[in-house]
Amino acid sequence: MSISFPYLLHLGDSEGRDHTLSSPTKQQDSWWKEGVGKVLTTVSASILILTTLAIIYFIASKGLATFFSNGVSLVEFLIGTEWNPEGAPGQFGAFPFILGSFIVTVGSALLAAPLGIGTAIFMTEISPRIGQKVMQPVIELLVGIPSVVYGFIGLSVLIPFLRNSFGGVGFSLLAGILVLTVMILPTITSLSVDAVKRVPRDLKEASLALGATRWQTIWNIIVLRSSLPGLLMAIILGMARAFGEALAVQMVIGNTTAIPKSLLSPSNTLTSGITLNMGNTIPGSAYNNALWSMGLLLLIMTLIFILLIRWISKRGQA
Amino acid sequence: MRYWVTWLEESDRQILYLINRRLKCSVLDWLMPTITHLGGAVFTIGLFIKCLASLLQIREKLHAEFVLRNRLGGSTLYLIKKAFIFIAILTTFAVSGCGGNEAPGGAEGTAPNQPEQGAGGSILISGSTALQPLVEQAADVYMSSHAGSTIQVQGGGSGTGLSQVAEGTVQIGNSDIFAEEKEGIDASQLVDHKVAVVGIAAAVNPNVGVDNLTSQQLIDIFTGKITNWKDVGGDDVKVTLVNRPKSSGTRATFIQFGLKGQEEAEGVTQDSSGTVRKIINETPGAIGYLAFSYIDGQTVKGISLDGEAPTAENVTNNKYPIWAYEHMYTKGEPTGLTKDFIDFMMTEEIQQGIVSQLGYIPVTSMKVQRDAAGNVK
Repeated sequence: MSISFPYLLHLGDSEGRDHTLSSPTKQQDSWWKEGVGKVLTTVSASILILTTLAIIYFIASKGLATFFSNGVSLVEFLIGTEWNPEGAPGQFGAFPFILGSFIVTVGSALLAAPLGIGTAIFMTEISPRIGQKVMQPVIELLVGIPSVVYGFIGLSVLIPFLRNSFGGVGFSLLAGILVLTVMILPTITSLSVDAVKRVPRDLKEASLALGATRWQTIWNIIVLRSSLPGLLMAIILGMARAFGEALAVQMVIGNTTAIPKSLLSPSNTLTSGITLNMGNTIPGSAYNNALWSMGLLLLIMTLIFILLIRWISKRGQA
Repeated sequence: MRYWVTWLEESDRQILYLINRRLKCSVLDWLMPTITHLGGAVFTIGLFIKCLASLLQIREKLHAEFVLRNRLGGSTLYLIKKAFIFIAILTTFAVSGCGGNEAPGGAEGTAPNQPEQGAGGSILISGSTALQPLVEQAADVYMSSHAGSTIQVQGGGSGTGLSQVAEGTVQIGNSDIFAEEKEGIDASQLVDHKVAVVGIAAAVNPNVGVDNLTSQQLIDIFTGKITNWKDVGGDDVKVTLVNRPKSSGTRATFIQFGLKGQEEAEGVTQDSSGTVRKIINETPGAIGYLAFSYIDGQTVKGISLDGEAPTAENVTNNKYPIWAYEHMYTKGEPTGLTKDFIDFMMTEEIQQGIVSQLGYIPVTSMKVQRDAAGNVK
């Protein structure tokens, strides 16, 4: 409530000044209306802020307990490769999870970024009519498909395909990357479309008037100069989604807690490690706390992604 | 903090229960006759207006009246149609909403006739997803013969069940393993009720060409010493391991009694039995472990261990050693509905009925017993 309090005080002040200007009844009526609106919005905002703070506090307190109560060293957690929390003594090396998360995130961004940006340029610059009529609904459709369906398709179609083409089990980093690529493609595409659309018409026309070809205009003016911050933001938001995705990845990645030898070997991510084990562990035990620590790590990464986005958008405005 | 969270959860659950079971029904009980009356009234008024309109038409044959009649008649008919549809929808809604736990004739507000007086009240059960279907079905049977009792069954995993029953959040915590085996649980305050036995078989893809393994061969395969099926007399196919998560109860049982406590090598890991079966079925040379109920002999094949087939009979006399109890834990000795329901689980009706049907082994047919440390007597 401490957040809403100054607002309320301020609200009283401004109404006090109003009093001199209007008749008492009318003033009361408008105070009532104004007050309700302000209180309602302030309460909504403070509930949101409080919830966020409570979640951060909760995850942090649980996640840090691993290091303070259970005596696991932070270094072991971050770079250790042995994960056996129920062993005696328990081993808490979460590096395979962290590595897996980063590889699938970066891998899917590398695949989805060119595809997404290319599609966006096609939709806005090359053929806006097809873009509007065909691509837009397709992208919206892709956004609407639940992640479990992506996972199930991956499990039923992609895994057998990978197994038959490359041998092995099929469950692999590559499978995770491919599924995530499809999942973050709509995010990257639609945000890129917005970024490309924001490029001023004057710039394009000036470029064309100076004798640049269509492709030169697109590449040098649109992609490299004007919409680069927007495009980067699109990629980072896509990466944030890929990093946090649990279900679809868990179904195809194989969940093997070991350092992957190649893109074709099964691996694990922070999210799938949490979802697979959360229900079976006892709250308060070292194992459970270690899972919270992995959650905390996810939260920190998300914060970093957000900071990156803010930084880029600030630079874009400057 | 923890106290408040527990309190919040508890009150939340009670409110939900109140709304779902009590409020919805009483509101609908009151609403339905009212709506029916309203529908009748609308119909009557509609007829009245229609008659009035035709009277008007007869008395004064004016063009304006025609318009009035048409408009009035049309809109009334429309209203009546709407009202009927509305009533039909609401009736369906009411029936589906209250049908589950209300005796016939409930919509009229008559007292439900109770075939058998149970302990009454409501209890919450959570925990093991392996035991969940069994307890859910048993609870349905129990509730249909004991009106007034409500048993809610939730999943969440063995760890959740054990910790929630220890906290007192739920009355019964389902678990695949002994509470003594879980770190962080004070087993001394929990009372164990073994309600079923589940056999776990090493399951292979049918194409490996092996039906039987010795215990040592099984250990060597899972610890990664044997990597090709031809080494144990099968076809020339690479071994692929399909594991369960480190915290899984099925895995704990398999390692303790199948692998003699040795850790398995890293392999593909999945939590759900259905997914594990799908992977074993689709991957050449795959081996994993599944509860007997998931072994069908066609998509996946159960492996005999030292010549003993994975069957219910071999489990009851411990010839086939990989099995575990399904536990229902209570905090202290159970009372009231909790006790009544656990007793109900142990009746022959349930043990020989639902328990066997769902692929578990009745705990009452066991010829041996095993304690938390794994000693058989």
